[in-house]
Amino acid sequence: MKKILFFMICSAFLFGEEELISADEILKKIDDNTIAGNRSATLTMVIHGRRGDRTMTLKSWVEGSEKSFSEYLAPAREKGTKMLKLSDQLWMYSPQSDRVIRIAGHMLRQSMMGSDFSYEDVMEDRSLSEIYKAETLGSEFIFERDCWIIELKAITEDITYFSRKIWVDKERLLPLKEFRYAKSGKLLKKTEIIETFKLEDRWYPKHIIFKDELSKNKGTELIFDAIEFDAEIPPHIFSKAALRK
Amino acid sequence: MIRFIVKGLLRDHHRSLFPILIVTIGVWITVFFQAYLNGVFGELVDTTARFSTGHVKIMTRAYAENQDQRPNDLALMETDKISLELQQQYPDMTWVQRIQFGGLLDIPDVNGETRSQGPVFGMGVDLFNSESGETNRLNIEKSIVSGRMPKKPGEILISDKLAEKLNIEINEPATLLGSTMYGSTTFYNFKVVGTIRFGITAMDRGAMIADITDIQLALDMQNACGEILGYLPDGVYNHEKSELITNQFNAGYLKSNDEFAPTMATLQSSGGLSEYMDMVDYFSESIVFIFIFVMSIVLWNAGLLGGLRRYGEVGVRLAIGEQKGHIYRSLIYESVFIGLIGSIFGTIIGLGCAYWLQTQGLDISSMMKNINMMFPAVIRAKITPETYYIGFIPGFVSTILGTALSGIGIYKRQTAQLFKELET
Repeated sequence: MKKILFFMICSAFLFGEEELISADEILKKIDDNTIAGNRSATLTMVIHGRRGDRTMTLKSWVEGSEKSFSEYLAPAREKGTKMLKLSDQLWMYSPQSDRVIRIAGHMLRQSMMGSDFSYEDVMEDRSLSEIYKAETLGSEFIFERDCWIIELKAITEDITYFSRKIWVDKERLLPLKEFRYAKSGKLLKKTEIIETFKLEDRWYPKHIIFKDELSKNKGTELIFDAIEFDAEIPPHIFSKAALRK
Repeated sequence: MIRFIVKGLLRDHHRSLFPILIVTIGVWITVFFQAYLNGVFGELVDTTARFSTGHVKIMTRAYAENQDQRPNDLALMETDKISLELQQQYPDMTWVQRIQFGGLLDIPDVNGETRSQGPVFGMGVDLFNSESGETNRLNIEKSIVSGRMPKKPGEILISDKLAEKLNIEINEPATLLGSTMYGSTTFYNFKVVGTIRFGITAMDRGAMIADITDIQLALDMQNACGEILGYLPDGVYNHEKSELITNQFNAGYLKSNDEFAPTMATLQSSGGLSEYMDMVDYFSESIVFIFIFVMSIVLWNAGLLGGLRRYGEVGVRLAIGEQKGHIYRSLIYESVFIGLIGSIFGTIIGLGCAYWLQTQGLDISSMMKNINMMFPAVIRAKITPETYYIGFIPGFVSTILGTALSGIGIYKRQTAQLFKELET
């Protein structure tokens, strides 16, 4: 009897706490947690294609949510390929052709380097709370973590994914699992963060699996090998001239 | 007797002019439509075979599932070995490797920055090996509007419309932005040495033609290609032969579960033309049948009118002792003559119209702006040996059938009533 009473008190306490924070506030916290200032990172991208796996390594520099620069370090064919994103514009440089080309139009919907990411996915720089209205659907344990299940519905027209369903770690405020849907309700992409790490007082994704549900590929893994926050990034990095260097 | 009947017909215009006119018009339309369908359908099959499917096409099973998307990540590998085996197994046939791809063609300015950009539908074909016959098969040389044929690696042709849209001059550089076989983004520099116009809307919108070796390098497809096309020895599609070869080839891979195992398909199945071909066959037969049927009714009606007009004549002939069967036969002989004359005139006029459409063509490009089929922008009729005699079938059959139906009335006449009828 005492156990039941204890459980009821705890439940009421937990329920009460969840009620205190709205879905939109959770979204705001996620945004605050993920959009940091300057950072540089070295990443490994493993693409599980139908014909086998490909591993790529790249270095990226990010300033806020609008500027990013990345350079492919391996494999040999991709080495030296660079990408620059400034606000809503994206350029690519290929050392083989020595050309800087702007990626625009329908090319943005194409797969990025054969991965399950599209260029549009990496172009999205608006915060979630800016483009979605959130609603809490409930709670669930995934990857042994207690998560809120939140449904996001687009509040703007110019958006790649009309709705999303995210499982947000209640303590770490990281979306551990995410389903992205088209306006028709068709599932387009799935994301899972299977490993996280803590730096100072924040939690970050370490190992992400991304799957394009329209593709027969077996998914793309993104692993953060090294990350540096508040990194000093020379301003010239975020210029077209840096692509040819 | 025949001479007597013919003289009778020629002297009595009411008995010959109207039926001959009807038969002529019917035969004319039949002949013209047969040649028109031949032309449109034949051209569609021929264009599809030359540009897209061959008479048979080999792809991987995975590629075949989504072949409309040209998924080069699912392309055939070790194609030199496959081609060699095919050449040994079917030595009479011509086998060619092709890579079809999509991408962006980017034209740089003096600083190497993007000046203009447009989507391309590209084709990597064996341009530099004269034995492949690809230049003739795709009619590339004759389709050049400006510039020249590619002579060395790195040179390409693009559609005239695309060149105009991108504002590019001959000998200017262009960079292909596409996806490699492994999905990576690729940039590859080319030089535009000529512009082309195939007369096929889907191609003329944004085609790019390059040598297959260049495309293999650009798309990281060494010893790989999207499709191997096979052409029958006489260059004409034959479904039975193609199906036999296809069944033989595919039988060799029946036990394989590999989604990248090669699979062969006929033009009819891989070009999505199966239903279309059945439909055209059905239409051709229907048109001939409808004309026979409609003309039979018209001529039956004409025969009835003629019968009414010749009511007295038939009565007199019966009254003077001519057999009903003899009169009936003489009417049939008359209809044979009418059918023959009408069919000859109708065939001559129909052939004339068909010949005009065959040589002049009808430009329908304005109606095909959004069509992606390998359909020619100028439709033409095609006169075949069948065109010369097809009109005689409805011309003869319907005339005789019409007369036979209306002539039945002769047998209903009662000899006892004849004089009474003649008195009135």
